[in-house]
Amino acid sequence: MNNHNGRITSLFTNRDKHDKVMSLFITAGYPNLEDTVDLVLGFEANGAELIELGMPFSDPLADGPTIQEASNVSIQNGITIPKIFDMVKQIREKSEIPIILMGYINPVLKYGVKKFCEEASKCGVDGLIIPDAPLEESAILSKAASNNNLNMIYLVAPNSTDERMRRVDEESSGFVYCVSVTGVTGAREGNEVADSVSMFIDRVNKNVTQNPKLVGFGIKNHQDAQVISKKLDGFIVGSALIDTIKSNYPNNGWQENVFQFVKELKYGNI
Amino acid sequence: MKYTAPTKEGYFGKFGGKFVPEILIPALEELEAAYEETLDDPVFQKEYHDLLREYVGRPTKLTYANRLTDHYGKAKIYFKREDLCHTGAHKINNAIGQLLLARKMGKSRIIAETGAGQHGVATATACAKFGFDCVIYMGAEDMERQKLNVERMRLLGAEVRGVHSGSKTLKDATNEAIRDWVTNVENTFYIIGSVVGPHPYPMMTRNFHRVIGEETGEQIRKSEGRDPDYLIACVGGGSNAIGFFYPFIENDMVKMIGVEAAGLGADTDQTAATITKGVPGVLHGSLSYLLQSEEGQIQLAHSVSAGLDYPGIGPEHAHLHDSKRVHYYGVTDEEAMNAVKLVSEKEGIIPAIETAHALAFLEKLMPTTQKDEIVAVNFSGRGDKDMKTISDWFA
Repeated sequence: MNNHNGRITSLFTNRDKHDKVMSLFITAGYPNLEDTVDLVLGFEANGAELIELGMPFSDPLADGPTIQEASNVSIQNGITIPKIFDMVKQIREKSEIPIILMGYINPVLKYGVKKFCEEASKCGVDGLIIPDAPLEESAILSKAASNNNLNMIYLVAPNSTDERMRRVDEESSGFVYCVSVTGVTGAREGNEVADSVSMFIDRVNKNVTQNPKLVGFGIKNHQDAQVISKKLDGFIVGSALIDTIKSNYPNNGWQENVFQFVKELKYGNI
Repeated sequence: MKYTAPTKEGYFGKFGGKFVPEILIPALEELEAAYEETLDDPVFQKEYHDLLREYVGRPTKLTYANRLTDHYGKAKIYFKREDLCHTGAHKINNAIGQLLLARKMGKSRIIAETGAGQHGVATATACAKFGFDCVIYMGAEDMERQKLNVERMRLLGAEVRGVHSGSKTLKDATNEAIRDWVTNVENTFYIIGSVVGPHPYPMMTRNFHRVIGEETGEQIRKSEGRDPDYLIACVGGGSNAIGFFYPFIENDMVKMIGVEAAGLGADTDQTAATITKGVPGVLHGSLSYLLQSEEGQIQLAHSVSAGLDYPGIGPEHAHLHDSKRVHYYGVTDEEAMNAVKLVSEKEGIIPAIETAHALAFLEKLMPTTQKDEIVAVNFSGRGDKDMKTISDWFA
C-alpha cells in the first residue's frame, strides 16, 4: 500500500554481515538550509546507506556542544518542520536512501502528532527517533507512526536492564539504536568508547534478537566504527561529521573535504 | 474532594510524565523505588524531621502583618515565614530531603541547577553538612545578578559552573545539569530545585515542601480557630506554592492563588507568565504549560526575578489550573518592586523579589476581601540576595 514501506528493513535483508551499514546524522538546515539536500546525496554517493535528519530544538538536552551548536545555527537559519519535509521530498526525487527524522518531542507535539506522521510519510520519511519519548511516553506517537508506515526506532543504553532491552526490541521496528556510552552525543577522545563497550554489546546481542542493531555515540573514525560495530549490523556517526563540516565550511571545496571524510569513515584510508 | 495525584506513571491530570532519554530511565526507576522506601522508613523520616527542626529552624513562624493589614483595611494578612529558614528561603526543605535520599542510594556526587541561587545555596549547604561533592549549574546572566549567592555557594565548598548557552538563565542551567546527569548517572544524584522535571521529581519535591502548608494549617487554626480563606504564593517552577497549597487542597473553602512573573506584562514578549501565556508542551522531562513559538521552540522568559525567570511551570500547577482548583495571575516587574518597598516599610521584612510577586497581588485581592476574612501569604524568601537589583531599581 505504501510505496516506501520497508526501505529500512530491505537494507538489512540478505546482507553480508561483515559489510557494516553506515548511518549518518546531519542537522537539517546546517550549515545552511540549501546545503542539506546536496550533503545527503553526497553522503550516499560516498558510502552512507541510511540518513538521520536532525530536527533542531532549542533545548537539546541529550546532545553535546557540537549538535547544540548546529541546532542553534539551523534555528537561526529559519528551519521549520515543513522545510524539513520539503528537503526530504527533494532528496526523494533523486534517491531511495532510507531517511529517519530524529528530534525532540516538543516541536512534534506542537505540529500535531497525527499531521506530522501523515506528512512525513507522504514525503518519503521511513522512520522516527525521538530520544525524549522513551517507551513510557511513546503511546501518543507509536500509533500515528504505525498507521503511516513509519518505523519507530528506540534506544538501548549501557545501563538498560536485560528486560528493558527485550522490551525495546519488542516495540522497535527498522532497527534498535544502541547508545555506546552513558552521556550526551559527541565524539570521544582516544579509546574511551571501544574499551567500555564490549560487555554492553554482548548483552545487546543476547537480548535484542528481532531487529538489526546499529551503534552510535562517540564514533569519530573508521577504526572506531569497525571495532565497535564488529558484532552488530552497523554504526552511526553524527557529531564527528558535523565537526568536520564546521572545520571546513565555508572554505573553497568544503563539501569535497566532508565527502572525503565520509568515504574514509566507511572504507578507511584508501 | 479526594485528591490523589499523581498517578503511578507520574501524571497530574494530563500533565507530567517521564520525557527523558533512555539512559535516565533506570536512574528514575531506582530513584522512585528508593523514595517509596523512605515513606515508611521511620529512621529516615526521623532524621529528616530532626534536621528540619534543629538545622533548618522549623517550624517557621506565622507572623500577623498588622500594619499591612491596616494599610489595606480589609482581611487579616498573615505571612508564613519561610524567609526564616536557614539559608533564607524554603528551598532547603527539599535540598535536605533529597540529599538524605542520595546518601541512602549510595551516590557520592551531587549536582543541581539554580536560578536565583537559593536552591544552589541550599544544596551547597546540605552538601557541606554531609560532606558531599557538589556542582551547581547557574546561567551566566543569573551569576551576574545574584553575585552574593555565587560567593556563598563557593564558600560552602561547591563548584559553581557558569552556563553560557541560550538565555544564560535557569532553563539553560537545567539543560546543562541534565547533560551532566546523563553522563555521570552511575555515581551522581541530581537534586532538582523545583516541582519540575520527570516523575518522580515533581511529586517528591512537593512532598518535601508540604511541611510549609502543614505548619501553616496548625498555626492558623491555633490563632484563628480555622483555615485561611485565601492562600497566595509566587510561582516560577512552583515549589513553594505547591508545598503551601497541597495540605489544603481538599478543603474547598480555601481559595488558592498562584502568582506568576509577568515581567513587562503578560501581553508583551518580555514575560515569564507561563500559565497565562503558555500552551502545553514538553521541557525538562515533563508535559506542562510552556512559553514556546509556533514552531515548538522554547521561548526566553523575562522577569526581574531570577527565581521566576523560567519558561515552564510544574505539571501539578498546570493540572490545578486546568481543574480550576488554583487560580493563576501575573504580576509585573514594577508591581513586584513596589511591593518590596511597601512590605519593607510596613512590616520590617525585606522580601525576596520572587516573594514580592505574591505580595504585590494583595493590591488586587485586598479590596475584594472582608474584614473577617484571613489571607495567608507564603513569604518564600528574604531579600538580602536582591539588594543590588533593588537599589539599582529605585536609584
